[in-house]
Amino acid sequence: MSDLVMAAVVVVGIPAALVGYILGVEFVLRIFPQQRRSKVRPWLWILPAGLFVFVFLIYPAIGTLIDSFKDRRSEDFVGLANYEYVFTNRDVIGAIGNNVLWLILFTALTVGFGLAIAILLDRVRYESAAKSVVFLPMAISFVAAGVIWSVVYAYDPPGSSQTGPLNAIVTGLGGNPVSWLRNGSTGTYALIVIGVWMWTGFCMVILSAGLKGISVELLEAARVDGANEWHVFRHIILPLLMPTIAVVSTTMIIIALKAFDIVYVTTNGNFGTDVLANRMYNELFNFSQFGRAAAIAIVLMLAITPILVANVRRFREQEAIR
Amino acid sequence: MTGAGSPGTMVPPVTQGGRPIAQVRSGPQRGRAPRPRVMIHLVILAMMAVWLLPTAGLLINSFRTAADSSATGWWTALLPPYQFTLDNYAAVLNQSGLADAFINSLFISIPATIIPVVVAAFAAYAFAWMDFPYKNALFVVVIGLLVIPLQLTLIPVLRLFATFGIAGEFLAVWLAHTGYGLPFALYLLRNYMGGLPKEVFESAAIDGASPATAFFRLALPMSVPAIASLAIFQFLWTWNDLLVSLIYIGFNIENQPLTLKVANLVNSQGGGIHLLTAAAFVTMILPLIVFFGLQRFFVRGITGGAVKG
Repeated sequence: MSDLVMAAVVVVGIPAALVGYILGVEFVLRIFPQQRRSKVRPWLWILPAGLFVFVFLIYPAIGTLIDSFKDRRSEDFVGLANYEYVFTNRDVIGAIGNNVLWLILFTALTVGFGLAIAILLDRVRYESAAKSVVFLPMAISFVAAGVIWSVVYAYDPPGSSQTGPLNAIVTGLGGNPVSWLRNGSTGTYALIVIGVWMWTGFCMVILSAGLKGISVELLEAARVDGANEWHVFRHIILPLLMPTIAVVSTTMIIIALKAFDIVYVTTNGNFGTDVLANRMYNELFNFSQFGRAAAIAIVLMLAITPILVANVRRFREQEAIR
Repeated sequence: MTGAGSPGTMVPPVTQGGRPIAQVRSGPQRGRAPRPRVMIHLVILAMMAVWLLPTAGLLINSFRTAADSSATGWWTALLPPYQFTLDNYAAVLNQSGLADAFINSLFISIPATIIPVVVAAFAAYAFAWMDFPYKNALFVVVIGLLVIPLQLTLIPVLRLFATFGIAGEFLAVWLAHTGYGLPFALYLLRNYMGGLPKEVFESAAIDGASPATAFFRLALPMSVPAIASLAIFQFLWTWNDLLVSLIYIGFNIENQPLTLKVANLVNSQGGGIHLLTAAAFVTMILPLIVFFGLQRFFVRGITGGAVKG
């Protein structure tokens, strides 16, 4: 019964309330004199969005900044103690190191593979089917991806039959099975591979769209003039795609910095695979260290700020062209 | 899809010399690239295999018995004798409570898609077709918020929910997803609506149509492609989300969505790989249907900045 009520709220109640808001606004506006209406109206139309953005993004961001200077229960100010912790604690530094590894490898591999696949597939007839295959992991959750790859990385003791394909190959070639995830030297790389598997399709789709935008005549002219495929790529395709590559890369950098689910589900940061976002979760819910958790969040934000500035700058340029 | 932040990205319009991508010839003869050699086909084939096999392994293991999947690799099941079973699915749907969690995921994702899309559409229309002071400055704030990490908001928002007594309730997740999804939704819709032909709105105004009429009768129907991509994105994002549910639903077992339930199964080592694979596939069914059914919109949503007009 309560499920039925909830279903009614979800399917009928919420849309009705939203449409009702705008109709209500137009009704209320009638009390204003004609000239004032067009001045008041825009504010009422953006009001709901503004409220959500303020309550769930701006206000909490400021709150977190303040909390980062307070103690574990957010009661007394402790100066920079939480930041000192972030930059001196060995485990947190380890997490920062892993985030840097994510940032470099994840970004390079997703953008690199995405570009390579986009260019290769541009030459074959089954392009769209092949694209779907690479793109598919984008649709599923990191939780499901974690389970999928725990099968790939499955480890059984030496001598027994390996249930994971990767270790089956390793032992088949005469090696010893490796515990890919629970092992300090391979753990983070194994997790980054999962991330790359999921996000390469995203890069491929955007880069492929950019590739299709390059003038056919230009490429033809270069080939007629005797340029080989490498030269066409290096001196025409790559420079023209650069703006798109830059945008895709910044998106991947943000994802690398915010990496959480994949780590939480597979290793929960153990075996030297921790990252900042997961560490923050643990500070918050397992150690009850609100101040330290807030400081980690602020550090993440600071790392993302250059991209924020670049986005705003690019937006201003686009608007200027408009 | 990451749990931290919507798939928001600022993609520049993918055009060259003013030529919209839709009109560009595609296919094997584009630009008279040399005919692909066998090597290229082999490389592509190998890549497809790498991308598909992990998922294939999951699917096959989910239909194998506990004894089989813990003893041998999934590829051995490809050879006879065949011994597939549906027991794993029956077990996770009933005993592990995934059937209820599936309903919870729907109750979370549907409103968490409708609310931000509609709220963003109102504001996007105002940003695109109304004049008000500080309009551009406010939109620059939206652009800045596109990249804010969710982590920055967790503690204060959780306190807020606790104060109002809605922590652990669906309402908390709906509101949070709306706030987090809005910057991308606003960015996408404002760009699209701003690209609609000016004359349509001008002549509607001359004919005496109110802004509400122009919005519901003209702007919304004309923006269907952008709204569809956005809705698919937001739906998949909220369906696949772990972080937001983990923080705001947390230990309220009754309201936990699929991702949270399965993550708990994984962490508690609850049952062997035969149950985990079946559970993971249950979470994937709906996204896969959406993906294969609506792939065109999905792709268009990703090339976000390019959907202008």
